[in-house]
Amino acid sequence: MLALEIFAQQSAAGTTPKILLALAAFVLIFGIAVVFVGRRKSRQPKVAAAVEITTPTTTPITTVDSTQVAVVGVREKLSRVRSSFSGAVATALIRSSITQETWDELEEALLRADVGVATTTRVLAPLRELVKAKKIVQPSELLAALQSEMTAQLSNSARELNFDRSLNAPNIWLVVGVNGAGKTTTIGKLSAQQSKLGRTVLMAAGDTFRAAAGDQLETWAQRSGAEIVRGGDGSDPSSVVFDGVARATAKKIDLVLADTAGRLQNNSNLMEELTKVRRVADKGSGKVTEVLLVIDATTGQNGLAQAKQFAQATAVTGVVLTKLDGSAKGGIVFAIETELQIPVKLVGLGETIDDLVAFNAGEFIAALFE
Amino acid sequence: MFEMLSDRLGGVLKGLRNRGRLTESDVTEVLAEVRTALLEADVNVTVVRDVIERIRVNTVGATMSTALNPGQQIIKIVNDELVAMLGGETLKITYATHPPTVVLMAGLQGSGKTTSAAKLASWFKSQGRQPMLVGADLQRPAAVKQLRVLGAQINVPVFSEPGDPVTTAKLGLAEAQRLGKDVLIVDTAGRLAIDTEMMQQVKEISRAVQPKFTFLVIDAMTGQDAVTVAKSFDETLSIDGVILSKLDGDARGGAALSVKHVLGKPIAFASTGEKLDAFEQFHPDRMASRILGMGDMLTLIEQAEKVFEKEKAEETAAKMLEGDFTLEDFLEQLQQLKKMGSLQGVIGMMPGIPKEMKNAEIPEDQVKRTEAIIYSMTPQERAKPELIDGSRRVRISKGSGTTVADVNRLVKQFSEMKKMMKQMGGKGMLGGKRGKGATSVGMSDDLTAALGSRLGPR
Repeated sequence: MLALEIFAQQSAAGTTPKILLALAAFVLIFGIAVVFVGRRKSRQPKVAAAVEITTPTTTPITTVDSTQVAVVGVREKLSRVRSSFSGAVATALIRSSITQETWDELEEALLRADVGVATTTRVLAPLRELVKAKKIVQPSELLAALQSEMTAQLSNSARELNFDRSLNAPNIWLVVGVNGAGKTTTIGKLSAQQSKLGRTVLMAAGDTFRAAAGDQLETWAQRSGAEIVRGGDGSDPSSVVFDGVARATAKKIDLVLADTAGRLQNNSNLMEELTKVRRVADKGSGKVTEVLLVIDATTGQNGLAQAKQFAQATAVTGVVLTKLDGSAKGGIVFAIETELQIPVKLVGLGETIDDLVAFNAGEFIAALFE
Repeated sequence: MFEMLSDRLGGVLKGLRNRGRLTESDVTEVLAEVRTALLEADVNVTVVRDVIERIRVNTVGATMSTALNPGQQIIKIVNDELVAMLGGETLKITYATHPPTVVLMAGLQGSGKTTSAAKLASWFKSQGRQPMLVGADLQRPAAVKQLRVLGAQINVPVFSEPGDPVTTAKLGLAEAQRLGKDVLIVDTAGRLAIDTEMMQQVKEISRAVQPKFTFLVIDAMTGQDAVTVAKSFDETLSIDGVILSKLDGDARGGAALSVKHVLGKPIAFASTGEKLDAFEQFHPDRMASRILGMGDMLTLIEQAEKVFEKEKAEETAAKMLEGDFTLEDFLEQLQQLKKMGSLQGVIGMMPGIPKEMKNAEIPEDQVKRTEAIIYSMTPQERAKPELIDGSRRVRISKGSGTTVADVNRLVKQFSEMKKMMKQMGGKGMLGGKRGKGATSVGMSDDLTAALGSRLGPR
């Protein structure tokens, strides 16, 4: 964009009106381009290549003994996942010396865990120096050094959930995230966990957008013995949360867990709505002491954009990593924590009410390589 | 937040200019950048390796086209390769000879199955069919209720019975036959690919309803794990096609390429918004440029098509080049721009924008302030900013709640820009005749390439 380059060069100070002017110029040119493309498009003949798909054949089903599928504990759940994977760095460890292949395999293990290119390069760089200086010789030493370095980078975070006893009013924990991350389920589990600690809990059904989100939350309220405040479908989420805080204050309830509708972080209107929810939540007698961003373990590099945008909109205080009982490793939260300084506080490991545990950095890092 | 592939390649390609042929070492260097771009887009590591190999074969020794510089040429090769990989056969929806045509939805928790089921039902309705939905997700609290609410919104009946999902699916099929519905969409609970018990259950549902189509719903934000998930679901259910959800986010969506590559099954639909009609057939060409981070040009074009009144735009552009551009026109442009989404988002989607501008923060309150200043001017002042003298400045600043300095700055920069536009118009840099050929002169090379690739045969 020639015009824009000229503007950008000339406005070294980068003052806003100038950029706006340049943008306006762009919009014009762009508009014309659209018109132009529209014309050419209409001249294009449509070629439709289509192949019919036949009905899939079903294979006979082998029956599973139901006793095999007994209730499994958290540790077993994690190890079940881990053992189902062949060691990502197993071949690297067999070699007698550190070669280019060793580096490639370590890099690949991190990339496969969704740690991301930039972060992977960053964590490997200091180790390359150590190897060059012959301070590390064996592949196994290298892996150990990498793991301890990564664990160390996660060691200074405060991971306990903020609860202010001196408040004499409800603590408010706001739960935010993109669609389908697992916010409502996390609130259900959090409610059970906090009740066990002897705290009384009220849920505010701030997801007034998704069909039946309130009903879903209500089921969790019943399961965990919490109060719930709901608004009508499509009502203002801020006012639902505000009402929740008011009710909790009146009934001397310790903790308000506020659910919010899932939203994609590039939708600026919905992000503004979220900022407002937070602001209004603080207006009553309670105080927002925790804003938890829920991130699905299957999330790739977009997780970083999510964390940035949600942090900007609501000052996120912690991350909840959900669905870690699946095959995904959730490596993007390493990037989120080390680059944005947002600590991972909780990990979700299933659909039952007790499947929420504290984040353990050492276990998490070890799992990235398994 | 990601560099565009073209920016990324910029440095590497400087050394390549004016050479007739790409050598092997040139290509290796360039492909390293392509690899990073693909990985940042969440394309699976193994798939990236295959893609890079295919591109290498096509690139080494490729004769340089005279029309394109090396960068554009490589981007074109990469882009074409991705389009080919993402596209191929499309899924043709055919209907069972003995209705209903059964469609089974499967996927991980939170991937968007229930919403996609309703959207798909709505799509079948638009095709003149009479769909029915079955809520066989008896796991997640209120999942059936959610489906019922969505069904009511699109006027499609929803069947479900508490108890066993396999039984519900069977009863749903019988109900659809009784009611004479010709399409039956079965929503199932989200499940992890490694949960053998739950995978067994969905297999039984499949056996009970004998679907004509089984769709795997994949979240566009999915990372490396997409491959594992796709493989397991395909092994269990024999997937016919993929529905890519949440494509209205800003994820680059490399998962689409991974899944397509691993399954070899078409990506049938893309879910592009919160509304139930935000559901469309998949466009491989758009996805390719999105994965490459070439700015989401085509989305931008669509947004622009929605908000633009073309006669007005052409008229204003002509005025701008003749130096008759007024603050009134500027205000109008600014408002159209705002309709296209957040300004930062719009800039982010545009290829060829200098980095300084991309990184420049444009706080929305600054935009509002600029608008407020113009709103506080009289029509005469907007048409002729040189009218604005000292006392008018004070009035405008008071009216808009800004300072005199703010007003000064806006007026001064506006007149500078106007001059510059006029000069360009005079030199013919942006020139050309109204609305004709404007793309090739004013647009960046990338943009032209992106627009061009959309126009290619498909």
